[in-house]
Amino acid sequence: MDQVTQHNDQQAQRKAAMAVLAHAEAGEIAARLRNLSLPDHHDLRTPENGLVMLRGRVGGDGAPFNLGEATVSRAAVRLASGEVGFGYTLGRDGEKARLIALCDALVQSRDFGGAVERDVIAPLREQLMVRRKQAAAAAAATKVDFYTMVRGEG
Amino acid sequence: MTTIAELPPGFADKVLSAQSTFRSVMDAMARPGSVQRIVPMAGAPDTMMRGTAAIALTLFDHDTPLWLDARMAESSDVTKWLKFHTGAPVVQDSSIASFALISDGGALPSFESFAFGTSEYPDRSTTVIVQIDGLAAGRSFELRGPGIDGVATLQASIKPFDLFERLQMNEALFPRGIDVVLVADDAVVAIPRTTRVVSKGS
Repeated sequence: MDQVTQHNDQQAQRKAAMAVLAHAEAGEIAARLRNLSLPDHHDLRTPENGLVMLRGRVGGDGAPFNLGEATVSRAAVRLASGEVGFGYTLGRDGEKARLIALCDALVQSRDFGGAVERDVIAPLREQLMVRRKQAAAAAAATKVDFYTMVRGEG
Repeated sequence: MTTIAELPPGFADKVLSAQSTFRSVMDAMARPGSVQRIVPMAGAPDTMMRGTAAIALTLFDHDTPLWLDARMAESSDVTKWLKFHTGAPVVQDSSIASFALISDGGALPSFESFAFGTSEYPDRSTTVIVQIDGLAAGRSFELRGPGIDGVATLQASIKPFDLFERLQMNEALFPRGIDVVLVADDAVVAIPRTTRVVSKGS
């Protein structure tokens, strides 16, 4: 595998991990990380809160407008072996941003990538899927089908 | 070429460290010529002293354009570290900079090239942060002005040697002018625009 493909694979893996971690609870991530023997790491950027402007488009393809601001927390963690992970999450939970950053760093690490994917991200992904399916099922149960009555003059 | 993985970290405790550093700089500004210590430590890129790094993390943000002298600007460690931790934009035009970082005092450009502020907004001036060799040895200077009870004595080995002669232009410019912060490792001394050097020994 050449370097570019390897890099792209890793980016895709990190992206997939982020999609799961951003929706997980801080406590759940922490509980699952506790089962791993973590390598030495320290905060490159301690957790901090800030605002981002959310942009919207009317109908998904109209002119962009500023919808409003949302609180975001971010952090960066570096492992002793050099990998740097970044964590961004909605809300003011700095600890969650730190945990996400730590997971992101671990995903990139050769020694821990497999373990963190297997023991942390996969179970969380499963939980997320179950929760989404339940919500979808609950919504589907309330679905009403409307039929257009053909009027007489047609 | 540094990657992000080699960047020195920022403050360990962002809030308390920034507060403590701010206090040191404020005290230095309030009592010109007095030596204040900067206690909290952050990692610093190689051409930057610990005190300078702490001041940078405390005072710089995306609203403060930053001008770097040649030695700082050529080090990609410094520019990347500043960008990652402070987000301050580095500008080429020193006359719009809020802060100027000088690591090589000998090559300090003329103060004319920095912003003096305006009479309406004298605060829109450039604060020049100069890294110097030490505050224990060197020539001694006598300072007078607001914040000093009588005369304050400052001993420092400062480059450029004619720094205080150059700062005399502050007298004519007031309320506009240039504030200077001298940093030697973890010690900091401020020479605000109101301070006058009355005499100096050898």
